Amino acid sequence: MANSKIKPFIPLIIFAVMAIFLGIGLTLNPREVPSPLINKPSPQFSLPQLHAPTKTLGTADFVGKVSLFNVWASWCAACRQEHPFLMELAKLNIVPIYGLNYKDKREDAKRWLIQYGGDPYVASAFDLDGRVGIDWGVYGVPETFVLDKKGTIRYKHIGPLDYKSWQETVLPIVQQLQAES
Amino acid sequence: MTVKQIITGLLLASWVCLVQAGIYAFEFDDPKKEARFKHLSEELRCLVCQNQTLADSGAGLAMDLRKELYRMVNENASDEEIKNFMVSRYGDFVLYNPPIKTSTYLLWFGPFVLVVLGLFMLVRMVRKVGQQSTQTLSAEDHKRVQDLLADKEEK
Repeated sequence: MANSKIKPFIPLIIFAVMAIFLGIGLTLNPREVPSPLINKPSPQFSLPQLHAPTKTLGTADFVGKVSLFNVWASWCAACRQEHPFLMELAKLNIVPIYGLNYKDKREDAKRWLIQYGGDPYVASAFDLDGRVGIDWGVYGVPETFVLDKKGTIRYKHIGPLDYKSWQETVLPIVQQLQAES
Repeated sequence: MTVKQIITGLLLASWVCLVQAGIYAFEFDDPKKEARFKHLSEELRCLVCQNQTLADSGAGLAMDLRKELYRMVNENASDEEIKNFMVSRYGDFVLYNPPIKTSTYLLWFGPFVLVVLGLFMLVRMVRKVGQQSTQTLSAEDHKRVQDLLADKEEK
């Protein structure tokens, strides 16, 4: 009977199936929680700018072009790792980078930018109490949102942006969005 | 070793106190509101330290979210409104009890399916064993066994 031929292999088959599922599980990053904000309009806000407290940065500034919105803070170690890449990216003039300076001290943030090689942001919004961060579902700095021309959130990158993630994931999305009318 | 253990214990105890202080720093005019706040902060997950509730977590974000929760409870927002507020920002993951929908069927019903499958296999195995033990040898087989045994004894 065919049944008895398969029988000795059943434990092996069960093991293989489990190994495949667990293997897939290992490649996933549990810190990457899918954002419910994808394809939603960016949450409304208007905050004073980091360098010019009398001027504001807000949702209205995102309309009319594809842009990146990067959440950062001087107390965030991974931001330091990401910063040189953002500096390079800003020089390329592909897409404007806006910043959300999250739960930081104004002086610390300004000093941090000088200390680590410059300011890659067109402007940074100064979110002292992190309330805007909550509306944007921020839970681990750095995070980068890709916004389309209408200001809709189209992609969220969690963790530091680097050359690899930029080339493989973010740049194609930016280009596709820029092609949209 | 024991000194080390005592110190560790004391440190842990003080840490627990700190965390507790973090939770109960909110003052309520109404014990009902306090109960709701406690209940909800135990149903919501802290996204920074993912295996802790908002009530347990000492992370900065958890503190901020507890503040939001406190504000909403005081404004008499319904549980539904509060959960929607969290889910619309952080997704279903923020709830310790994930909602039942197509993508969570496996999560909710998978264990029951496994239990039923296990019971089914158990019943089949038990029956098989039962059948085997009641089987009697045919006269032919009986003779073969006797021959074999006799053969062995001769050697």
